[in-house]
Amino acid sequence: MNNQTTFLQKLKNYLKHPGSFLLMLLVVISAVLTFSVLIFLIAFILIQGLPHIKPSLFSLEYNSENASVVPALVNTIIMTFMSLIIAVPFGIFSAIFLVEYAKRGNKLVELIRLTTETLSGIPSIVYGLFGMLFFVNTLGWGFSLLAGAFTLAIMILPLVMRTTEEALKSVPDSYREGSFGLGAGKLRTVFQVVLPSAIPGILAGIILAIGRIVGETAALIYTAGTVAKIPSSLMGSGRTLAVHMYNLASEGLHMEQAYATSVILLLLVVGINTISSIVAKKLTKA
Amino acid sequence: MKTNAWKEKFMQGVFLVAACTSVLAVALICFFLLVNGIPAMKEIGFIQFITGDIWKPNNELFGIFPMIVGSLYVTAGAIIFGVPIGILTSIFMAMYCPKVLYKPLKAATELLAGIPSVIYGFFGLVVLVPLMRQLGWQLKAAGVVRTSGNGNSILTASLLLGMMILPTIIGVTESAIRAVPKHYYEGALALGATHERSIFTVVLPAAKSGVVAGIVLGIGRAIGETMAVIMVAGNQPWIPKSIMQGVRTMTANIVIEMGYATDLHRGALIATGVVLFVFILIINLSVTLLKRRSEHE
Repeated sequence: MNNQTTFLQKLKNYLKHPGSFLLMLLVVISAVLTFSVLIFLIAFILIQGLPHIKPSLFSLEYNSENASVVPALVNTIIMTFMSLIIAVPFGIFSAIFLVEYAKRGNKLVELIRLTTETLSGIPSIVYGLFGMLFFVNTLGWGFSLLAGAFTLAIMILPLVMRTTEEALKSVPDSYREGSFGLGAGKLRTVFQVVLPSAIPGILAGIILAIGRIVGETAALIYTAGTVAKIPSSLMGSGRTLAVHMYNLASEGLHMEQAYATSVILLLLVVGINTISSIVAKKLTKA
Repeated sequence: MKTNAWKEKFMQGVFLVAACTSVLAVALICFFLLVNGIPAMKEIGFIQFITGDIWKPNNELFGIFPMIVGSLYVTAGAIIFGVPIGILTSIFMAMYCPKVLYKPLKAATELLAGIPSVIYGFFGLVVLVPLMRQLGWQLKAAGVVRTSGNGNSILTASLLLGMMILPTIIGVTESAIRAVPKHYYEGALALGATHERSIFTVVLPAAKSGVVAGIVLGIGRAIGETMAVIMVAGNQPWIPKSIMQGVRTMTANIVIEMGYATDLHRGALIATGVVLFVFILIINLSVTLLKRRSEHE
């Protein structure tokens, strides 16, 4: 009853102000449009792709008949682990420096912040170009998983840094003071008190970084290459799932498999993002 | 005790060195792009390279003007589609959204940001391109446009990029709107303005710097986007005459030809990357300045 009267009142108000009514309509229509784009995209890919997921897609070996995703999946996992191993220590350590050690207004700190912001704005194709020039050619690694992983590590570094910084900042100062009061040194405080309580935030950032690694294409084509096999060593070339997806779609010979692969890639990335936000929510609760 | 102090100092050094990685990374990126790109630019002639409108690597003709124009066209298109809808959606999120709906909708915008560009590209390839091809035929039949195009066009790329920059714009604009003190809005209401009038004439102007920062960030994403654009834009390296025609962006130029380029051709592609990098640096710098301004306000 109450609801109805306010609704009627609102309607009456809007009748008196047709301009406001129009704006309200525009706002609501835009919001509906935004979210229907997302729903349509996901629904389209699921509906078109799910019927094409067949056992042959998961054969152990890739050949031009089955367009198997298994080598690409394995490469993606290897690539993810390697990029994280390289980027996470650097990201966490530099965040510790910025939050726990750096003095305010320090020139070096400002330079670090500026370059980190610059890194996070650089498009992935520029990373790819750099990776090709530096890791592939200058260091002579050739198209390899290693070159790809180093390129991606630089790409996700600002993301890991920023999320870790925020997680460290959200640890109350009383924790640090308590630890100092008990006689612990700075290092001990950082590793035994501050870092453990910041873990959910750091983890959420790392998982977000995994999402970016799994979805990345442009930075990998000319660093890790596009060979559709699991390489025998880290110095071999191999395509990840996203690169595999791009090749299938642009060749246009395996459209059914491309649909199926897009489902797998989409579900993977959506799953990773969901896990990240669940972990992040744990942080706000604790 | 002494070893402890030594350990503290040592680890502080380790943290400092780690923190310098990003400085080193930016320096390396700049160095390697410039060292490999500048000589090619010199050999072609800087003016010739930037303003030349013929790209024919086989004839040693390297003018990237069509690609610069291409990048600007699709970015402008993305702004036209993405900005109004993005800003209005962020107003919905900040000022209209019922509490029950807020969490799932916020998660949805984050999801929109997390979807890989190949997926967007694939979606564009199998949904938007055929749709635009139909539209082109119908417009041609109605006599509105002279060439119908084949669906791979500026318009298609703009639409797709418009979708892709939505989460960037929504995220930044929403937090800018939320940062406006509540009494601005309440003051306007108290003066008799309607909910909409308060938002559009008081809150939104107060959030201006943040909103502009969001738009510029969106421009950066659109101009740097590679895979999705390649899949829908047609990639012809000449200046298009209508929005129904195909276009090649700087990013696409690099990915498409790098695989088989040698010598000067390869240098010209890296130089294309340098030009793109300069665009991005300018955009980044303006974002930083805008953010500082909105923090001061």
